[in-house]
Amino acid sequence: MIARHPEPLLWMLFSAGGVLSAMLMPILLLLFGVVFPLGWLGAPSHERMLLLLGNPVVGMSLFALCALSLFHWAHRFRHTLYDGLQIKHLNEVLALLTYGAAVVGSVAAAYLLWRIP
Amino acid sequence: MAGSHVYTDYHPRWLRRQVSTYWWLEKWAYFAFILREMTCLFVAWFVVYLLLMFGAVAGGADRYQQFLAWSASPWVLTLNAASFLFMIYHAITFFVAAPQALVVHVGRRPVPARLVLVGHYLGWAAASTLVAWLLLRPS
Repeated sequence: MIARHPEPLLWMLFSAGGVLSAMLMPILLLLFGVVFPLGWLGAPSHERMLLLLGNPVVGMSLFALCALSLFHWAHRFRHTLYDGLQIKHLNEVLALLTYGAAVVGSVAAAYLLWRIP
Repeated sequence: MAGSHVYTDYHPRWLRRQVSTYWWLEKWAYFAFILREMTCLFVAWFVVYLLLMFGAVAGGADRYQQFLAWSASPWVLTLNAASFLFMIYHAITFFVAAPQALVVHVGRRPVPARLVLVGHYLGWAAASTLVAWLLLRPS
């Protein structure tokens, strides 16, 4: 019987998360992380945010951004620890912690976005 | 991973040079590589930040205002400013690697690597413009 390896799927999630985070996170970080807090531009009102996040397309896009970015983090972080710090003996534990955190974070993102009316 | 290796009684001992745990401090290129890998920590942080924002928006206008005030606190502002720089580094290094990872064909002809790269940068510009327009357009 051929053993099914999850590695190709994990690399696919890593790549998709890498591209999506690269496309969307810099502008979101610039606006919400720097521009709005410094008062250079006014932050969107609560009503505007409700309208935006309640939109199904925006909601699904943000869920995809969160979930895929978390799997991107999990895969890259696991490999960095594996190769960079040579923690090869903890590979299974690291995989469980990183991908487990990505799953928990994805469920949290779905729940929080679903709560928005 | 179990089952991916086969061990025998007579498995040869490989000659392997011991590599220092801090090999990535030996050359600037190695350090830049690890720095690129570490951008994932800032990706994860920003997801946490987004989740906090979703919770604040769902929690009502007051909680959203509290979230905005918290975002302006010096340590969050500093962390987000650093995250922004690391995200730019992440985006550039990811797009530069894209032509090697993504070989696109039109018919039988491969699309030149430079075109794949330009396509990614155009996509980045379009996505950024769309997000900025959605957030900044007057109501």
